[in-house]
Amino acid sequence: MPALLRRLSRTDTVSGWALVSPAAILIGIFGLLPVLMSLQLSFQQSDLLTDETPWVGFDNYKKLADDPVFLEAIKHTIIYTALFVPGTMLVGLFVAAALNRSVRFISVYRTAAYITMAVSTISQGIIFLWLTDRDYGLVNAALNTVGIPSQGFLASPSQALYVIVAMTIWGWTGFSVIVYLAALQGVPAELHEAAAIDGASAFTRFRTITVPLLGPANLFLIVWLTINALQLFDEVYVTTRGGPLRATTVIVYYLWDRAFVQFDAGYAAAMAYALFVVILVITAVQFRIARRHVHS
Amino acid sequence: MSIDVPTRPTAVEPAGAETTSRWRLPFSPWHLVLIPLTFILLVPLLWMLVTSLETEGEANRFPPVLFPESPRFSNYSEAWASAPFGHFFMNSALVTLVVLASNLIVCSLAGYAFARVRFLGRGALFVTLMATLMVPFQVTMIPVFLIVKWFGDNVWEGLGIDHIGALMLPNLATAFGIFFLRQFFMTVPVELEEAARVDGTSRIGVLFKIILPLSLPALSTLAALTVLTSWNDFLWPLIVITSQDQMTIPLGLSYFQGAHRVKWPLLMAANVMSLLPMLLVFIGAQRYFVQSVASTGLKG
Repeated sequence: MPALLRRLSRTDTVSGWALVSPAAILIGIFGLLPVLMSLQLSFQQSDLLTDETPWVGFDNYKKLADDPVFLEAIKHTIIYTALFVPGTMLVGLFVAAALNRSVRFISVYRTAAYITMAVSTISQGIIFLWLTDRDYGLVNAALNTVGIPSQGFLASPSQALYVIVAMTIWGWTGFSVIVYLAALQGVPAELHEAAAIDGASAFTRFRTITVPLLGPANLFLIVWLTINALQLFDEVYVTTRGGPLRATTVIVYYLWDRAFVQFDAGYAAAMAYALFVVILVITAVQFRIARRHVHS
Repeated sequence: MSIDVPTRPTAVEPAGAETTSRWRLPFSPWHLVLIPLTFILLVPLLWMLVTSLETEGEANRFPPVLFPESPRFSNYSEAWASAPFGHFFMNSALVTLVVLASNLIVCSLAGYAFARVRFLGRGALFVTLMATLMVPFQVTMIPVFLIVKWFGDNVWEGLGIDHIGALMLPNLATAFGIFFLRQFFMTVPVELEEAARVDGTSRIGVLFKIILPLSLPALSTLAALTVLTSWNDFLWPLIVITSQDQMTIPLGLSYFQGAHRVKWPLLMAANVMSLLPMLLVFIGAQRYFVQSVASTGLKG
């Protein structure tokens, strides 16, 4: 028997590696290698086209600190994230709470709420460009009927970023509703019944029973939405191209612009690494704070 | 499933409605909340549909025309003819299919090995692969561009810059897919495969004959996620593709938008056409899409 076991374990190492090797090679080449190459690139100058990539030391990182466009992009990204994450969570929770009951056609209502998930960022951007059009947009028509004059929206430097916030909240509604609905359905009905018998109002029950039990869902959404918010690109590209007057130039948009429009790849790689570190730190901090407050 | 809070009309109805008499709506009062709510959520999509059926004159009127006089379906054929949408669809379908098939196969093999096979270096390899889950695509996209360019120059042109092969190559396997399937495979009872192993079935045989047939829900969930991500991907195609005949739908649509900025009915018709396949897939396989959301993070 031991001989058989030994033989089995030896063949297992061969078959184990045989099974993982396609995945390991692919992820090695397109997932791990680029992390190192990117780090190297961030200390070089590169235009992506020629093979000449002279070393420049920490120059790219030093330049970052004095680049007004980069600092502006950070500011826009922070504003965007600070509004988008809580906004999406509030809308998601509200819609999920409304959908969390057994009435007729509830699955139709739910599908309608989920469907934004399937709409591509590009389709979404085009729709909102049209909805918020300064001259012919539906939103301005609605505003006019209640006596508010037409707004520039995506064409206005002071409003464009907020329109993108609203648009992406819409786009992420389906996702956050799914997460919250799953969490709400996990809240045991008996708790509510017991509290109701003790005379707790619907609002008190929501605050003292439902909200604490939503902890894990909240944590997941905060982390997931923040990571995605810091990576905002598609919606900006399709609606404003970072404008007007750079009002919607967020970090990844600027990164893309530097790397693939201005062909300054070394500098863009430094920017990407800075973003990477920030995302790691924020995620770690969020988990640490959450561990103290969330009882899952 | 859903909670039945002892039905006590909340904000919807004035509290008096219940106490005064047996007066009742013939349907749940919640519909009075749900119908407007759903309508508001769907306004952007409905407005796209309405605009896609208007004439240009109707679209460029203010206040907007809410109901076109006669629906102009020819916008669709006109939009279809004014850009190579057929190409865009074919490219998107091809890229998505290849990426999907590859992910299901490659991630199944690796996921199974990590779940069941004890091999030297398993732990270290697993941790290394999973570490890539924390790296945002923006960090790696510049080198991936260079690597893909290298493949195009040195291996096969079809994998290089400005070919749809470049859209497939970096996405053939994902760490998430491996992790997700491994978690599921670990829940399949070992006894089932031990019997087959004693009978002399190979590892691959066990995987394909026993494990995978039992894992269809997990495979479908991963498939839903992969299809959605691949079909709607934009940044990577934007970086590597410049020729119209290699564009996928989101990229083609964005290109079309640049060229027809003012012709809103045509743009909206193109938009509806580009959305339709994904919407149908989503509605048909909704269960798996919902499942995939829960699996993206609640376990990770």
